Amino acid sequence: MPTILAVDDSASMRQMVTFTLKGAGFTVIDAVDGVDALAKAKTAKVDLVLTDVNMPRMDGISLIKELRALPNFKFTPILMLTTESGTGKKTEGKSAGATGWIVKPFNPDQLLATIKKVLG
Amino acid sequence: MSIDISQFLDTFYEESFEGLDTMETELLGLNPGEADAESINTIFRAAHSIKGGSGTFGLMNVADFTHVLETLLDEMRDGRRDVTQPAVDLMLASVDVLREMLTALRNSEEVDSVRVSEVHDQLEALLKGEAASAEDDIVEGAVGDEEENAAGNSTAGWNIGFKPLSHLFKTGNDPVRIIKELSELGSIKASIDLSVMPEFDLLDPEECCLAWQIELGGDATEEQVRDVFAWVDEDCELVIEAIVSGAAEEPEEVSIEPEVIPTPEVVAEEPIVNTEPASASASASASASASASAPVSVAAETAEAKPSAAPAKKPTSSATKKGSAAESGSIRVGIDKVDALINMVGELVITQSMLNQLGEDFTMDRVQKLQEGLSELERHTRELQENVMQIRMLPISFSFNRFPRLVHDLSSKLNKKIELKMSGENTELDKTVMEKIGDPLVHLVRNSLDHGIESPEERVAKGKPEIGILHLNAYHQGGNIVIEINDDGAGLNSDRILQKAIEKGIVGENDSLSDEKIHELIFAPGFSTAEVVSDVSGRGVGMDVVKRNIRDLGGVVEVKSKKDVGSTFTIRLPLTLAILDGQLVRLGDETYIVPLVSIIESLQIKAENVNSIAGGAELYKLREEYLPIIRLHEVFEITPVNSELVNGLLVVVEGDGQQAGIFVDDLLGQQQVVIKSLETNYKKVEGLSGATILGDGTVALILDVAGLVTLSRERVKALKSQAAVA
Repeated sequence: MPTILAVDDSASMRQMVTFTLKGAGFTVIDAVDGVDALAKAKTAKVDLVLTDVNMPRMDGISLIKELRALPNFKFTPILMLTTESGTGKKTEGKSAGATGWIVKPFNPDQLLATIKKVLG
Repeated sequence: MSIDISQFLDTFYEESFEGLDTMETELLGLNPGEADAESINTIFRAAHSIKGGSGTFGLMNVADFTHVLETLLDEMRDGRRDVTQPAVDLMLASVDVLREMLTALRNSEEVDSVRVSEVHDQLEALLKGEAASAEDDIVEGAVGDEEENAAGNSTAGWNIGFKPLSHLFKTGNDPVRIIKELSELGSIKASIDLSVMPEFDLLDPEECCLAWQIELGGDATEEQVRDVFAWVDEDCELVIEAIVSGAAEEPEEVSIEPEVIPTPEVVAEEPIVNTEPASASASASASASASASAPVSVAAETAEAKPSAAPAKKPTSSATKKGSAAESGSIRVGIDKVDALINMVGELVITQSMLNQLGEDFTMDRVQKLQEGLSELERHTRELQENVMQIRMLPISFSFNRFPRLVHDLSSKLNKKIELKMSGENTELDKTVMEKIGDPLVHLVRNSLDHGIESPEERVAKGKPEIGILHLNAYHQGGNIVIEINDDGAGLNSDRILQKAIEKGIVGENDSLSDEKIHELIFAPGFSTAEVVSDVSGRGVGMDVVKRNIRDLGGVVEVKSKKDVGSTFTIRLPLTLAILDGQLVRLGDETYIVPLVSIIESLQIKAENVNSIAGGAELYKLREEYLPIIRLHEVFEITPVNSELVNGLLVVVEGDGQQAGIFVDDLLGQQQVVIKSLETNYKKVEGLSGATILGDGTVALILDVAGLVTLSRERVKALKSQAAVA
């Protein structure tokens, strides 16, 4: 089963996402912010990244840029979890190399549907 | 698959309360006019997380409320709005409202909707008032347009020109996935346009050099179609044209030569797609595209749709089963503490198996080995105990953190200028002690602010700096935590206290008391010097209650004060309520435990130092001091081995700042005892603070030294006055 790197500074969101994905059979690596995620990304094979945007230390946008610079993450789907309904963060994320986004609030079913769609 | 997301609510509440604390701290640190960008960002992030989480977990009223706050903060963050004091105050009020809302939700209580909408309206007013953000209007306009489009466009189908830009793969997107998703909207006919394909030897497999012309049949709206391409909007050239019924344009079909495969995966899989939509997949695609969608209108739609699903009923359904459990809460334990525990348990298991082995064929020559094993067992047990206690230890900052806000609010209310200093915030103490010390601390701090620190004018007149300083300090001393509340205010007014105490009959008119003794009078029951009961220091609750609360925790409070220099209240508390170092004493057939911290010394009684006073009370002369002797057997009405003082021992103890001698038959060993509450298991007994179970299984009662000392002092006083009357 594919491995998903889930990044969120909020423990409850992390729990929810991890629980949902594990329940669907995915392997999940979780990280509390960009710095943590980047360190974990370097030592694991990841099929998809799911990242929050607003985080301390390193935010989601910077994380995407850093990941895209890694050879292993050149083509890896990276989805942003964003509450911004405006286009600002999405555009920023897109130009950093994000694949797409999931708009918060979302429910577990929506999350799974999107991830399954991306992973085929 | 449906997942019950209410299981994550506890974590959500916990982190939200932490977030609110952070917001409060940062807000209090903001200087209007020159706000620190990092602080604003931190506040924004906390609000943002609460909004995201509450939306996800179906707490829509919290999400709505936070949304307005977040918008305000976002504008401040981008420099579109100035940070003003009224705005900061309003945001502080919002933090309070959010805290109340979340508390009410967690405890399944009614949310005070009047207060919520009041602050909500104020936020809205602030938002609309200054710098009425033009952006909102634009966004609204956009929503309107798209809705129109969505409603108006229902045609026979769509002709879609999809030409990904060469970097498409580097965004992690896959054209095939997009076309597949499109196929869920209706029947599609797709053809590949190879005109953009370079010569084979110039081909870069990492670049996308294909284009598609897709004919989508069915009644999908333009919005649905655009949703499918939302993620690649800027990574492709996209042309979407409605097919006018009956005039479907035939796209040029291009035959594909298998040899020319730019990215094998893509083309091999998907030369021409032509699928009939299964009716079942139509609904699935709708939800899939909704979750992935970009446009504002869809975001709003998801937000509305979601709460009506599973989460909406959660607050009520989980309410009943949570109820009482809600308040018991949880504690966060550092992973290092847990690791230490696991480590200790590992050691214990090793020792246990070693002892086991020893026991299997034990001979007397291995007795030394057995002793070693047992002492190891003892050491591990002790360490395990210490580590377990560590789990309940929290830094006192949890308790201190509420004071910046309290001082901020009160100083403006009292028109005083006060600076709060805090030190030793990382000093740890037991969670239960922390919870119980909260109210007494607040009372003492309020007291210092209200009665201690003077108004700026008064201070200037006294030649003091205009700004008064309140200092909270905490540190460990022995097995205790010491908390100091120090102010540089007016100090206690000894004359007034004495006068008041005489009026209330707490002391006799002719008693001469040292300043220290006079200051202690403020803790006497029924004493209050405040002529006007202000709502700051609270009414009805006096310092005697503070003292009693602290005593119930096994602690003491004392005050040192100097006129016009200031006052210091010092609270000493045991680090934990669960374990105590005790001196075992024998009295008749019973064993009692005296807390080791209260023992000053133990001595053999000399007959010539015993003085009997009128009424039958006895005093012991110890280095020019007279201590009341407490005959414990009389207090507890048991038969002692002897009632002759010279045959027993006197344990000199100090409680409540006063000394007394406890007369016992014998001293036994010292040991740590686990405290069992008498109140929970039986009822409160005067003079006892609890009970414990000794190694041999018998129950021993633990003496409440402070209570006993007070009891004996009162008795001596009563006997004296009786004698005087006689």
